[in-house]
Amino acid sequence: MLTLDRISCVGEAIRDAIVTFKTNTALIEADRHRENGRWTYRELRQDAERFGALLQSDGFAPGDRCAIVMQNQAKWVVSGLGAFWVGAVLVPIDYKLTVPEQLTLLGHCKPKVLVTEYSTWVKMMREDLAPLSGTKVLVTEAPQGADLGSAQRWETETSEAFSLQYRSRQDVACIVYSSGTSGTPKGCMLTHDNYLTQAQVLGRMYPIAEDERFFSILPTNHAIDFMLGFVMPLMMGASVLHQRSLRPQFIRSSLKQYEVTHLAVVPTILKNLEKRVRERLDDLEDGPRKAVDAAIKANDFLTARKPNHTLSRWLLKPIHDELGGKLKSVFAGGTFVDRKLVEFFYELGIPVAIGYGLTEATTVISVNDLEPFRSTTVGKPVDGVDVEIRNANDEGVGEVWVHGPTVMKGYLDAPELTQEAIVDGWLRTGDLGSLDVSGHLTLRGRAKNMIVTEGGKNIHPEDIESVFDDLPGCEELCVFAANYIWPTGTMTGEQLVVVLRPDTDADMEAMVQELVARNRKLPDFKRVSGYIVRQDDFPATASLKVKRGMLADELRTLERADAIVALDV
Amino acid sequence: MSASFDRLSQLCAKRYSVDASIIKPEGDVFETLKIDSFQAAELMSELEMEFDVEIPDYELQDIKTFGALAGAIDARL
Repeated sequence: MLTLDRISCVGEAIRDAIVTFKTNTALIEADRHRENGRWTYRELRQDAERFGALLQSDGFAPGDRCAIVMQNQAKWVVSGLGAFWVGAVLVPIDYKLTVPEQLTLLGHCKPKVLVTEYSTWVKMMREDLAPLSGTKVLVTEAPQGADLGSAQRWETETSEAFSLQYRSRQDVACIVYSSGTSGTPKGCMLTHDNYLTQAQVLGRMYPIAEDERFFSILPTNHAIDFMLGFVMPLMMGASVLHQRSLRPQFIRSSLKQYEVTHLAVVPTILKNLEKRVRERLDDLEDGPRKAVDAAIKANDFLTARKPNHTLSRWLLKPIHDELGGKLKSVFAGGTFVDRKLVEFFYELGIPVAIGYGLTEATTVISVNDLEPFRSTTVGKPVDGVDVEIRNANDEGVGEVWVHGPTVMKGYLDAPELTQEAIVDGWLRTGDLGSLDVSGHLTLRGRAKNMIVTEGGKNIHPEDIESVFDDLPGCEELCVFAANYIWPTGTMTGEQLVVVLRPDTDADMEAMVQELVARNRKLPDFKRVSGYIVRQDDFPATASLKVKRGMLADELRTLERADAIVALDV
Repeated sequence: MSASFDRLSQLCAKRYSVDASIIKPEGDVFETLKIDSFQAAELMSELEMEFDVEIPDYELQDIKTFGALAGAIDARL
């Protein structure tokens, strides 16, 4: 049982675990079928302290910020832990962003130290590094003799003695960006209390035993992996596996080779695992197939009220072996998970816990406790978190508001955005939902103009508009999430559309041609799927800023199918 | 274009049942083959086998076109 009441910060909780679980394996880093290294808790402590001392050797003080831009790997955790132990505020930055996007966020949070890999640093050095003025850069995995410019090697040894620095529960532990690579950055300030409260609640619901293993597939900068693949397993003495290559075959082989017990996924990975299992089932001859089908039915009946991993594994051993044989639970963000997919895995005795969360609420707001398994909702609010449905319509659908100890302190240096997001201590999620009589939350769409991709990326349409600036013949344009204009009652099938107001003498064909060309330069998840032509001026404020809400209201009077001209994306 | 490009376009054409003539150096890999990132990852593994090279995942992040893909392979041959 994870008890963190007397703990003051994340670093202290993990240090306590290190004292208890010294000889347990803490980290394993694999690269394809190779193993790069293993760390016991004792070795993790030594490496994290070395890194902490390196930070302190250059005057790093409690409250200073340490940003990390790294792929999923053991040094992410070593750096993060070492930084926590010298009192740092961690700033995990998405390594999959483009370098200019990363620099925008780094320029916003102005970290004292940036930790990154050589492959990223080489790309950064080609850009204007003004956002990093005053930031010391520590680069790992640089080849011998490589030119690092102003940066220093992460591996540098120091004679500085390490000095442990704990923080209080109310201090900011992390600044996590939920959006804003081209708009106003939204850096969520999350306190140690936020994390410790969340870890305690989730640790009680989904305990990870010290002999169990979490497979860190999502990037560690991602809120879910940060909690489930870094903070929680290390507080409970379990081990964390990192795989440098996230190609499907290496994910599958790692599940087997390292006997993974827990993992968190995005739907695309779950679909891939499903495909593989289905292929195996299809390969079976008639007789064995009938036996497996009967075992699936028996398992479904026997675990209807509660998962029973031992029983399911006994009944369906060949299928479980395909996924390593030890897999006990899978965590998935519920917003986009296909219910049939989740049911498929549950029937095989591999429960998929569907949850709902926002970075602004640390990680998880609600999660299905699997007792009994329900695939149609995103579960009940976790202990200590209150959820209310505000401004509900006749069907009980309204905006989801959240209150509790996991709600962030606010956005970094953005008091206006914070005031919009947190009203009287309640976090406005911008998502639409309803609560049933048993308190389960069902998501019904979005009240805000944004989409979230299946890979878990938040896309704010405003951030994409600059790509279409100065489109020939276009007077004004505005990008929307189509489901924001025309609510569908679901969170699936989200797409972006651009509203165009052409000049009176515009060449529409040329405009659309240019639109398509620029659209194709965007990553596929940021592309608009259609356009809407509007002849009237966009409603605007006195300072000529488009009133998006009013424009959406006006567009809503049109039929969606008639209004949108599909683009070949 | 390099010999790698010709071989990779043949392999892609066969794998995804498309006409090799639509695979152009400046063409977008995802768009041309109509594949998602996971399918692209599977394709990469096949290309690595074909050319006996290893391309780390972080490098693939910046590869969008067939020409860039062929370039990454060429750099390792």
